[in-house]
Amino acid sequence: MAHHLFLPLIVPLLSASVATIIVRQHGWVRVIAVAATLFNLGYGAWLLVTIAATGRQVTQAAGWSAPFGITLVADGLSAIMLVLTALLTLVTIGYSFATVDARQERFYYYPLLLLLLFGCSGAFLTGDLFNLYVWFEILLVASFGLITLGGSRGQLEGGLKYVVLNLFGSLCFLVGAGLLYGVAGTLNMAHLAERLSTIQDASLVTAVAGFFLVAFGSKAGLAPLFFWLPTSYHTPNIAVTALFGGLLTKVGIYALYRVFGTVFQSELARLAPLILVVAGVTMVVGVIGAMAQVNVRRILAFHIVSQVGYMAMGLGLVSVAGMTAGILFMAHNIVVKTALFLIGGAAEHLTGTGELKQMGGMARREPMLALLWLLASFALVGVPPLSGFFGKLGLIQAGLAQEQWLIVGVAATVSLFTLFSMLKIWNEVFWKKAYSDLSAMPRAGVGLLAPAAVLVAVSIAMGIGAAPTLEYSALAAEQVFDTASLVRDVCGPNGCEAVELAVGR
Amino acid sequence: MTLILSLVVGTLFAGGIYLMLRRSVVKLILGLVLLSHGANLLLFLMGDGLIKARPPFVKPEAGVAPPDSADPLIQALILTAIVISFGLLTFVMALAYRADQAVESDDLDAMTSTDRL
Repeated sequence: MAHHLFLPLIVPLLSASVATIIVRQHGWVRVIAVAATLFNLGYGAWLLVTIAATGRQVTQAAGWSAPFGITLVADGLSAIMLVLTALLTLVTIGYSFATVDARQERFYYYPLLLLLLFGCSGAFLTGDLFNLYVWFEILLVASFGLITLGGSRGQLEGGLKYVVLNLFGSLCFLVGAGLLYGVAGTLNMAHLAERLSTIQDASLVTAVAGFFLVAFGSKAGLAPLFFWLPTSYHTPNIAVTALFGGLLTKVGIYALYRVFGTVFQSELARLAPLILVVAGVTMVVGVIGAMAQVNVRRILAFHIVSQVGYMAMGLGLVSVAGMTAGILFMAHNIVVKTALFLIGGAAEHLTGTGELKQMGGMARREPMLALLWLLASFALVGVPPLSGFFGKLGLIQAGLAQEQWLIVGVAATVSLFTLFSMLKIWNEVFWKKAYSDLSAMPRAGVGLLAPAAVLVAVSIAMGIGAAPTLEYSALAAEQVFDTASLVRDVCGPNGCEAVELAVGR
Repeated sequence: MTLILSLVVGTLFAGGIYLMLRRSVVKLILGLVLLSHGANLLLFLMGDGLIKARPPFVKPEAGVAPPDSADPLIQALILTAIVISFGLLTFVMALAYRADQAVESDDLDAMTSTDRL
């Protein structure tokens, strides 16, 4: 029993509660937020090492034995996501020191960030489908608060669409979970994986899997369910956009990987062509949408959609190689996307506008910022040896190995268009002559530069250290597909069915 | 009883989706309310169904649950789902009220300022 799995949940929850009570003491709230996030980061790093050394970590809530209670499971994928979530939250908090005003801090900005960390960590650690629904709701509630914090007209309009469409996705999740319980009689993921492999009425399971595909697809921003994303992500303050852009859609992808890779394995093979089509359409629509935009954050928001398509492609290839590349790409994208939002956001913060037309001259004025942008955008496009290259290479290799020529062609072409958008921002914001006199513009301090620099450094490290990161992604992908050992780890050597029979239901 | 409940669930879903497709924000929220009720009732159906005199709990002295007791898990799930949907819908209503104040219209087609180029 690895009871330590509760720690990354308890620490953010408790610190969020304390921070809520003393919300007016800004200094202390900041200290608490940083401390809790640092703890989760350290714990996540330790978990990464532990899982590589000893395999899955499992614990049962309140000591209820496996298929009856709620199980917490951490495998390679959970650990990767846990570390990246904590890293992003930490960096976002650092960036918020320089950009978020005292009024928003008083309206529970940092407690909401901690609750988001709490919800995401829970979603990555749970081994129970209904529990996953609850974690999704927790992180959604926190994100609702953050996206509308400030209450400007744009935020309220965008926020309303974000909230309503995410609630609709959650309802699909709930309906799917309910139907699955009716079909299989359990919601423990290990037990489900064991039972669904023996179920006769496969068409019903396919229908249920469809509900989950819609639910997680809408949270991940897959076509045609992504419309809430570009309409709302550019409205809140920059730190929030950066965190959401890096993290939230990937929680949806994580859920797709987990639920379709582990629970619905036989359905995954059946739905794979559909997932590949959706992935391709998502890539293309996202990148074309970005080309039409003339605002930094809106361009980047459409690119989130486009890149989510690559991650769905990793799932749709239904192979360990595809999933490995998908996980590697997701890890890279979480880091780089947030870095881009932070850098573009810093330019927006300094200039006072995000409209490309009214920006310019940043390369001369802030060479450090421009350098960071160049590195991060090349990483996004996939220029070797930066981190994006290896994920895309892996995806394309896995696609070629399975002779999925079309999706491979689309993935390679979309990369070029990504370069186009990144160069557009480079030209307009950094390279062209300044639109207005920049001499009165404030300089970018350490508070604006350091968070993005940390993420760019991580991205470069992931590129240079591609061998170990690839190895770890492969381990994570194998663990996702390996249901036999999951059942052993969760329910004991005889499986969940045996435990239930022994109790004599 | 199962048939009646199934029909109710279907009606709630149909009505909810119809209302969500209208342009008014108020109807949108009412649609979400209907959908969440439908989802909760659907969950209820997925247990052992609705049968008279089968409580989901046991007296402590009985020890083990008798074989004809109802499935308690599904009721716990519904309870959780009700609490969550209640909280979220309250938030949506507050948000819609503020949006209505800011836009001075409850027409969704008037709320496009974040989509325009």
